[in-house]
Amino acid sequence: MASGVKPRVKVPKTAAAGEAITIKTLISHKMESGQRKDKEGNVIPRSIINRFTCEFNGEMVIDVTMEPAISTNPYFQFEATVPEAGEFVFTWYDDDGSVYDEKKTIEIA
Amino acid sequence: MNTKALTAITAILVFPVAVMAGPDEENLVINGELDMTSVTKAPAHLENLDTIYSGWHFRTDETQALQIDDFDNPAMIFVDQAVDLFATVDGAAGESCASCHDGVESFKGLQASMPKVDAESGKLVVMEDLINRCRTDRMEADAWKWSGGEMQGMVALIGLQSRGMPMNVAIDGDAAPYWEQGKEMYYTRYGQLELSCANCHEDNWGNMIRADHLSQGMINGFPTYRLKQAKLISRHNRFRGCIRDTRAETFAEGSDEFRALELYVASRGNGLSVETPAVRQ
Amino acid sequence: MELSRRETLALGLGAAFLTIMPLRANAAAEDAIAAFTGGADVADGGVTLTAPEIAENGNTVPIEVSAPGAASILIVAAGNPEPGVATFNFGPLAAAQAASTRIRLAGTQDVIAVAKMADGSFAKASATVKVTIGGCGG
Repeated sequence: MASGVKPRVKVPKTAAAGEAITIKTLISHKMESGQRKDKEGNVIPRSIINRFTCEFNGEMVIDVTMEPAISTNPYFQFEATVPEAGEFVFTWYDDDGSVYDEKKTIEIA
Repeated sequence: MNTKALTAITAILVFPVAVMAGPDEENLVINGELDMTSVTKAPAHLENLDTIYSGWHFRTDETQALQIDDFDNPAMIFVDQAVDLFATVDGAAGESCASCHDGVESFKGLQASMPKVDAESGKLVVMEDLINRCRTDRMEADAWKWSGGEMQGMVALIGLQSRGMPMNVAIDGDAAPYWEQGKEMYYTRYGQLELSCANCHEDNWGNMIRADHLSQGMINGFPTYRLKQAKLISRHNRFRGCIRDTRAETFAEGSDEFRALELYVASRGNGLSVETPAVRQ
Repeated sequence: MELSRRETLALGLGAAFLTIMPLRANAAAEDAIAAFTGGADVADGGVTLTAPEIAENGNTVPIEVSAPGAASILIVAAGNPEPGVATFNFGPLAAAQAASTRIRLAGTQDVIAVAKMADGSFAKASATVKVTIGGCGG
């Protein structure tokens, strides 16, 4: 599943120091649950993104353990505190060992 | 068990039916700024409908919410991928879409007039035809599969450029015979269940078919992200699904029959805003 | 509407059955919650779980969970073949102990959120989601 995976992240460009901001993330992934069968009746093996993290300047915002019940093209929305200017790092961990990441910088206005 | 409790039970039993009757009266506004025409007067050629409604009005609040913000709309992942594909060189000629076309914005307005008759060949063409013609003739690349992810992502990206513009497909002149063919199909009963498009989407829109709320079957939001398949669904794929559900042998995606039906169904929505890419159940 | 005593009783029983049934989490769901809490008592309240009453398609059901002061929140779908959905662990820069996501539900069932509070106590909330089976393309 390492091909065709594309993250989308929405972070404001600026914030006031200490402000709470809303972050939205979306990534394209089949999230094959391991529950489905193919036409021959064989179980299609599970292949999902099993963990998502968001860090800001090295400090954790949210760390999510994901199970097969998370929908195709996983979506998360959450809130982060922005103490200073810096960089958000978003990381998705695939069952197959692939790691996808995305970075967004934010300025203090 | 007192009367109050009985009333409560009755209310619980009756309520879901009441909320699902007819289209809702919300306004469709995208990103808080783009006002869409999702309810309007039916075009003059439509004899049996006075008002036309976007399929958005027949969905639950949760499904509707997915379409009113471009970040919440999962279809946009595939539109993003198409933005990359637009600039990707493919095929023997060493060209990308961007080699000829000055930005995808140059397609503004095209979706509102599709399908249309190609001046050169005199044949009815849909967006997928235009894209594959570029790929095979100009790029010398392989044609994309009709309902594949690349094709529908590109159809959605080009359609998005016209979002908010009123659908206005031509039904006269060269298009007239194709439109007549499509109209004929719309009113033809297919399959073992002997159902025409009109039986559901003209005679029974607003009613329930099992647990599904029947819309008017408008295609102004296609390709649309269907929650069921969790990907972009082509117009022809949806036609195929409907006809299959009548227990009929269906026409193929990309067939001349479906091109004609697409023109006719698009013309029923003349006046509604292009919503591409919409989100449906 | 005139109802006999017997009919009234039957209605009441039916309503009670409908109310109680979905609240019975299956064994796997109970195990998943026990693994998270270590068997500790779980109080009601302090957690808000927002989910649609009726989902048009079980493939993509939006949910939102909030538990002010929680260290982590476990989401369980009691009626799925595998009950686990997600665990949100909040770091020091989480501005709210809240998150939204989209989940799969195999059918009408209860979704349960269990929050582990900063003091080590647990709280939960649940919501019943009716998953409709479409008429078309189903």
